[in-house]
Amino acid sequence: MRQFWAMVYARSMEFVRDRGSFVWSLVFPIILVFGFAFAFSGNGNALFKVGVLGSPPAAAAASFMAIEQVQFIPYDGSAPGKGLASSLDRLRRHELDMVLDLGSRDFYLNAQGKNASLLRRLFLADPAMAGISEKTVTGAPIRYVDWLVPGVIGMNMMFSCLFGVGFVIVRYRKNGVLKRLKATPVSALGFVSAQALSRFIIVIMTSAAVFAGTNAFLHFRMEGSWLTLMLVASLGIVSMISLGLIFAARLKNEELVNGLVNLITFPMLALSGVFFSLEGSPPILRSVAKAFPLTQVIQAARSVMLDGAGMAQIAPQLLFLAVFSAAALAISAALFKWE
Amino acid sequence: MAKIMEASGLRKRYGAVQAVDSVTLDIEEGICLGILGPNGAGKSTTIEIMEGILSPDEGKVLFKGKPIGRDFKRKVGIQFQTTALPEFITVKETLRLFSSFYPDPRPLGQIVELCSLADILDRDNRKLSGGQRQRMLLALAIVSRPEIVFLDEPTTGLDPQARRNFWDLVARIKAERTTVVLTTHYMDEAQVLCDEVAIMDHGKILERDRPGKLLARHFTGALVKIPKGCIDGALPASGRMVADFLEIQSTNLDDTMRELLAGGINLEGLSIHKPDLEDLFIELTGASLRN
Repeated sequence: MRQFWAMVYARSMEFVRDRGSFVWSLVFPIILVFGFAFAFSGNGNALFKVGVLGSPPAAAAASFMAIEQVQFIPYDGSAPGKGLASSLDRLRRHELDMVLDLGSRDFYLNAQGKNASLLRRLFLADPAMAGISEKTVTGAPIRYVDWLVPGVIGMNMMFSCLFGVGFVIVRYRKNGVLKRLKATPVSALGFVSAQALSRFIIVIMTSAAVFAGTNAFLHFRMEGSWLTLMLVASLGIVSMISLGLIFAARLKNEELVNGLVNLITFPMLALSGVFFSLEGSPPILRSVAKAFPLTQVIQAARSVMLDGAGMAQIAPQLLFLAVFSAAALAISAALFKWE
Repeated sequence: MAKIMEASGLRKRYGAVQAVDSVTLDIEEGICLGILGPNGAGKSTTIEIMEGILSPDEGKVLFKGKPIGRDFKRKVGIQFQTTALPEFITVKETLRLFSSFYPDPRPLGQIVELCSLADILDRDNRKLSGGQRQRMLLALAIVSRPEIVFLDEPTTGLDPQARRNFWDLVARIKAERTTVVLTTHYMDEAQVLCDEVAIMDHGKILERDRPGKLLARHFTGALVKIPKGCIDGALPASGRMVADFLEIQSTNLDDTMRELLAGGINLEGLSIHKPDLEDLFIELTGASLRN
């Protein structure tokens, strides 16, 4: 145990004193979050979006349903993301400006919506819509930055874990640190666990620091429990470290590892929904993205923060991450070699 | 005296190169054994097999009469030829780290004293000079109170002053009755430190004995050497060509000089010295050690 903590300490000191990587791991995500917060702070999209359930009446060209500046999106059906409940969720989050349920003859507006009164007047001006009664939901808008912050922190975790574990152990192997340790009574398992724990502590602390630091200025939306969010983050870090360990298991060439890590981080960056939602992209792409741990972490974190999801709602993601970690650890344990 | 390590019939092949070719080597407890040989002779491979780091293709290694097992790692101290130290941590922290690996490590103060580390304790590993680094690596090798220490070319690349300082440290470890095995291609180092030397080339041990005995076996008297270029005519009867020199082992220098002058040999490049391990090595392998 003493040797384990001594290794955790040595590795952590190595990181903290390596000012370059340490500062970068904090500053880079903070810059990203603030940068995007300002870049997308305007109300970019002037279109009104109205979710529609049931079939619209045959109407004149001047009617509400024919207004060109309004985009009507059908929400019929029971598929995930469809149905009245989903459309109302979106309305609460200001992703829709109005929901029109023609079946039960209700229309819904968000009391906090900027466009609510204008839409109401446009709607009531259409005689074909007479007799449809107004209902109200409330919900604060989700800013892009609320949506973005789990993505950026997740991305930072990914880089920090893959390079901090994968790359560093390969460097140790190349320059002979591992050979020297092999000559001591230290076990491979002890050494690797110490590396992993050190990285876990570092990543959880830097992630918390980045979140707290940006939250102080941007006040992110937080609907769910902090404990659940911590669990998602922890499991996410474990899965990324486990993935990094596969690279660390036996490779000897730093450049090769660098290339391989980039090879898997780029698809994850592009497809895991860090910066933009994949909704509406081809289904094949979305199923590929589902196999990435980063996708699952970000999805779960967004559900907790934006929709107040509890353990039950994010259980599939948590299960995925747990299974992924166990599999990656088993593979790296089977492959590991000191030299 | 009891044998601390016995290696027999070691063979190790890398591709087309037979790096170690039937090496058998016993090491008595408490001695300092030097393995001498040019680069690529198989010295490092041999000792890494004995350290348990490499496994041989054939042959076996015994530590105190038993095959080396897990326990051996606590009883052996190793200094590899090249080792990177963990970056960004200090000498003291590195010593603490390695101390934590062993059940009964030497106290820090004792290691610092033994390896003269007091003035660099708080220095980052990356900022050590060549000599300081080797002292540090030696300290890591002895932190566990090992019964046997392997040092692989510990002074290669050091300046003469640093090499002599390092010899002092090794002498201190020897004085504790720790068995030391070191490889080197410096003859003076072997002559100063080693009780016994084994001369190795092409994966084989050519000779192995106390330095004095080895020299007595191969040389008598003084060694007279004349560069090849100074000789025009026939070789004198008592001499022979070794590498690029005419070499004469002389027990009577007056007679030798007369013989050379009579043979019309130019004495300009002549040297006379007591035969040393360097001469012995050239004698045995026909090549200079520093090639």
